[in-house]
Amino acid sequence: MANSPAVLEASATPVIEEVPSFNVTLFVRRYNPEDGREPYWQDFDVTVHGTDRVLDALHKIKWELDGSLTFRRSCAHGVCGSDAMRINGRNRLACKTLIKDLNINEPIYVEPIKGLEVEKDLVVDMNPFYQAYRDVQPFLIASDKPAKERLQSPEDRARFDDTTKCILCAACTTSCPVFWTDGQYFGPAAIVNAHRFIFDSRDEAAEVRIDILNDKEGVWRCRTTFNCTEACPRGIQVTKAIMEVKQAILRGRR
Amino acid sequence: MSVVIEQPKSPRSRKAANWEKYGWMYMRASGAILLILIFGHLYVNLFVGQGIKGIDFAFVAGKWANPFWKVWDGLMLWLALIHGTNGMRTIANDYAERPMVRKVLNYTLWIVCAALIILGTLVITTFDPCIDPNASTYLPGVCAVK
Repeated sequence: MANSPAVLEASATPVIEEVPSFNVTLFVRRYNPEDGREPYWQDFDVTVHGTDRVLDALHKIKWELDGSLTFRRSCAHGVCGSDAMRINGRNRLACKTLIKDLNINEPIYVEPIKGLEVEKDLVVDMNPFYQAYRDVQPFLIASDKPAKERLQSPEDRARFDDTTKCILCAACTTSCPVFWTDGQYFGPAAIVNAHRFIFDSRDEAAEVRIDILNDKEGVWRCRTTFNCTEACPRGIQVTKAIMEVKQAILRGRR
Repeated sequence: MSVVIEQPKSPRSRKAANWEKYGWMYMRASGAILLILIFGHLYVNLFVGQGIKGIDFAFVAGKWANPFWKVWDGLMLWLALIHGTNGMRTIANDYAERPMVRKVLNYTLWIVCAALIILGTLVITTFDPCIDPNASTYLPGVCAVK
């Protein structure tokens, strides 16, 4: 590394290098339900730094170039799951995608996630997505009501650790070609969250969720294309989780 | 004192029972069996003996004189056609967005599948090696001169 101890000792005040800046073009998919226009691409030229993420570029557009640009974001640090969008044809979180990691010699294409109805610009109607989530009963179901916490061994906890990481950003479900067809399929996110409880040793309703997902639109519509695993910003092995739920259905229990 | 919180939502109303699980299992089981059946079929027809040059009416008649090959071919016919049709059904379900188109495609698929299975089974079970008037020339022991 450049900042070896010897170098640091030589200069009493460490010099912080200026972050390089560069120009990029963003093509943003615009849609306003009130102006009667079909969705269209609009291009913006912005100057960004090497540390900037696509979300920073969108902020720059909204704050300096066009205040009407509409998109969701909350925490801006990859935790809340508000700003999933299709960037250069792949579903990602705008707040986790560094612009320098994309090909900055070409325009960057930003469009809403597919398969859900666009309300305005990059904002889609998430209700069908949340409905599928609700339908798998994503909460602990236990008959006992203890006064203290329910204990669980580290091994039992590790069984479903991967699927606890879901932030419900919808990047997986809206990358699934089966979901794109008619939106009836439960979708990877709902199955991941069912998996989180099906394989939780403290939960008693695994059979109920298994029964729910043994639906015509349940796990059997999965074609193992791995789009969801590739899209997940949290690195959840989504397709693997779906396959484990399939196995649980074949066994009839957890 | 512990607070009693009832289950916040009653279970989702059950949709009609479906065969998707059995369809999924069938695809895997039939796929594994078909691997053996099809490659066995190709090996016996194309490599053993004279290879591809040996295939003619007499070759098929000779095979079907043995019940083993009748069962082999019959199994291959049923498993492959249902496997293929079920695969096409899932493709139709994935790509046809309008319910009516989906229905028409699925009905067509299963009607064609049933017709082919009936025809194929009929051929295998009622096969007569002496149907050709000249059969006595190449199957002298089996067929009488007509």
